[in-house]
Amino acid sequence: MSRIDFSQTPQIDQVSVEERVARLNSRSIKKASKVEGLKLALNMIDLTTLEGKDTAGKVKQMCYKAMHPHDELPGLPTTAAVCVYPTFVGLAKKALGNSGVKVASVATAFPSGQSTREIKIKDTKFAVAEGADEVDMVISRGEFLAGNYNYVFDEIAQVKEACGVARLKVILETGELSTLDNVRRASEIAMRAGADFIKTSTGKIQPAATQPVTLVMLEAIRDYYYETGVMIGMKPAGGISTAKGALNYLVMVKETLGNAWMTNQWFRFGASSLTNDILMQLAKEASGLYQSGDYFSKD
Amino acid sequence: MAVKSKAKRELDFSGGWGYAPSPESTDHIRLEKKYGHFINGEFVAPAGGKYYTAYSPSTEKALAEVALGDERDVDRAVRAARGAYNKVWKKMPAAERGKYLFRIARMIQERARELAVIESMDGGKPIRESRDIDVPLAAAHFFYYAGWADKLDYAFPNRNPEPLGVAGQIIPWNFPLLMAAWKIAPALACGNTVVLKPAESTPLTALKLAEIIRDSGLPPGVVNIVTGFGNTGAAIVNHKDVNKIAFTGSTDVGKIIQKATAGTGKKLTLELGGKAANIVFEDAPLDQAVEGIINGIFFNQGHVCCAGSRLFVQEGVADKLIKKLKDRIETLIVGDPLDKNTDIGAINSKEQLEKINYYIKVGKEEGAEMWQSSCAIPSKGYYCKPTLFLNASQSHRIVQEEIFGPVLTVQTFRTIEEVIEKANNIPFGLSAGVWTDKGSRIFNMTGKLRAGVIWANTYNKFDPTSPFGGYKESGFGREGGIHGLGAYLKID
Repeated sequence: MSRIDFSQTPQIDQVSVEERVARLNSRSIKKASKVEGLKLALNMIDLTTLEGKDTAGKVKQMCYKAMHPHDELPGLPTTAAVCVYPTFVGLAKKALGNSGVKVASVATAFPSGQSTREIKIKDTKFAVAEGADEVDMVISRGEFLAGNYNYVFDEIAQVKEACGVARLKVILETGELSTLDNVRRASEIAMRAGADFIKTSTGKIQPAATQPVTLVMLEAIRDYYYETGVMIGMKPAGGISTAKGALNYLVMVKETLGNAWMTNQWFRFGASSLTNDILMQLAKEASGLYQSGDYFSKD
Repeated sequence: MAVKSKAKRELDFSGGWGYAPSPESTDHIRLEKKYGHFINGEFVAPAGGKYYTAYSPSTEKALAEVALGDERDVDRAVRAARGAYNKVWKKMPAAERGKYLFRIARMIQERARELAVIESMDGGKPIRESRDIDVPLAAAHFFYYAGWADKLDYAFPNRNPEPLGVAGQIIPWNFPLLMAAWKIAPALACGNTVVLKPAESTPLTALKLAEIIRDSGLPPGVVNIVTGFGNTGAAIVNHKDVNKIAFTGSTDVGKIIQKATAGTGKKLTLELGGKAANIVFEDAPLDQAVEGIINGIFFNQGHVCCAGSRLFVQEGVADKLIKKLKDRIETLIVGDPLDKNTDIGAINSKEQLEKINYYIKVGKEEGAEMWQSSCAIPSKGYYCKPTLFLNASQSHRIVQEEIFGPVLTVQTFRTIEEVIEKANNIPFGLSAGVWTDKGSRIFNMTGKLRAGVIWANTYNKFDPTSPFGGYKESGFGREGGIHGLGAYLKID
């Protein structure tokens, strides 16, 4: 089997990317458009808890929030999914019942990825066996930066195999990749190796998701779609905490990939505090009054 | 997920989540019903008592009545400018001149919102552009040249810089306020006084600038603004007591002006038309190049002398680039200039729209392959969809002649020598763009392209510090930077 030469991926001009982002951010989203966008964004959230101090109680309460973001406001969707460590998948699955909220599990020695292939595959299989609908894996950044692109490719392909029917999100950890050229390159490797989603970050280091990085990944997805006809999803994670910010991301998706990607089948936000900012904005649009954080549950 | 066949791989930009109208408020603006000329520090009625209507190209509604200037008005303005020059401005310490310019700059910033809204109403450009680009740059030009007023000896050491006297300035309709700033600021900084005529289809922001100038306390007669049509401009060009003419506009009128001033001793600078080549090499970051192409031809509806109106793309990446270009064009919103989401506003006038549509007809007849966005355009007002002419040839009229609208011709090329030759093979020489990842190629190209302004991996970037102007039939002289001072001084 001939190997793909990943050293020849497209060059990216950072200055222009930042300008395009600024232009996209100048879109004015008001009134009905704003309400519709915010509800869409809410439905795209992967409500996340990935802390050393997580417990069953924490995860259960978060699952309730995912299904009932704010019952006082009628007509709200659930979030798309919850995202937890593998040991909480079973519990989350039970708590969510048939609400339609998916369970995503991190795997492959998240967040560092510094472990053996064997351990990472086992980690994945465990999460899947527990009932995870989706697996969020991390790539081996060290191997990538050392130029061992085929190693990275093979690892993703093997994890994809271990996922079975679960959808695979591949975390590139763009904050460690340094350049937009590298972000593009890592995206190419992930898509071709079998990713269903490409995701920016673990959320454990700075910088997490940024708009320029997201735009580059969306453009990679578009080129791949034209080349192969295959749709790939995208998830920016970490650092998106405002409703306005979320709308900016939606504008980027809409104007880069178009309508087909504007569902939680193909776009997710990896976030936790974003939820309440969206809820406050929706409540303000409905009532005309500014809201306080005290009126919205934090779990 | 199902794999789509090649034929079905399309992206849908039209459906789903849309942007609601987001109109900029016009409640805060103040427009008089009738404007006189601004001469000797006040608004005065025209000698002939006649006015014409300034109207909005997006609503087709009248905005104000504006004075129709004739030779008598021009003469009155020149005499006011000469009087102010001899008695006040020539004698004023340079640092004091600078202070007035700083004050005018500050007042432009204070009234920025009103100016931006009126600019969009009068000329058709999107509020996003007038707010974010035109008005801030206009203020920036005044700030920049304010700083030079008392440093001319530093700009031209040992060369004894002296003002010329009275400058006659005629500006176009594509950047009405900004062009007024480009003309007035350096002229005043160098100690000259001014008679300026705005374009007939866009007089309003010049008149608002006149109010600012009056309110700034600038001595009467230092800046005079006379409104009218081509004959008003001709009266300025032909007036015997004007020392310098500065004109920005079409090449045809530029030639008329050059003939008229030949042998008169008047100094002349011309900034005329263009038909810039925007050149994309196969190693260019393509998505970013697309952004530059879009900016190059659709900024300000393509009413830009330095617009990148001829796209040259290296053949190996042509299909890919054109597909990306079409996708990007499909996301452009054409509509009400006052809507904050509008990307492309109204064409400036009925006449200009007819001209553009004429060229679109010519392009089709010549056999170039036309493609237009599927966007909706408003039923009222003067609008043109963003248009591509693919497979254009060097000899097509649409490639050789300036269209001045949102119409881009597309040609392929194979080698760097070929594209340099084709880029230069045009009577104009104002600007060009080069898109490549290879730094050495940028330096190579910029030496060989015959254009006054060359952008590398960007387009349509302006700054008061950066000189702007062209070669060949794009005119001569530079505006901006130290170069822009030279046009308004007598230097040894």
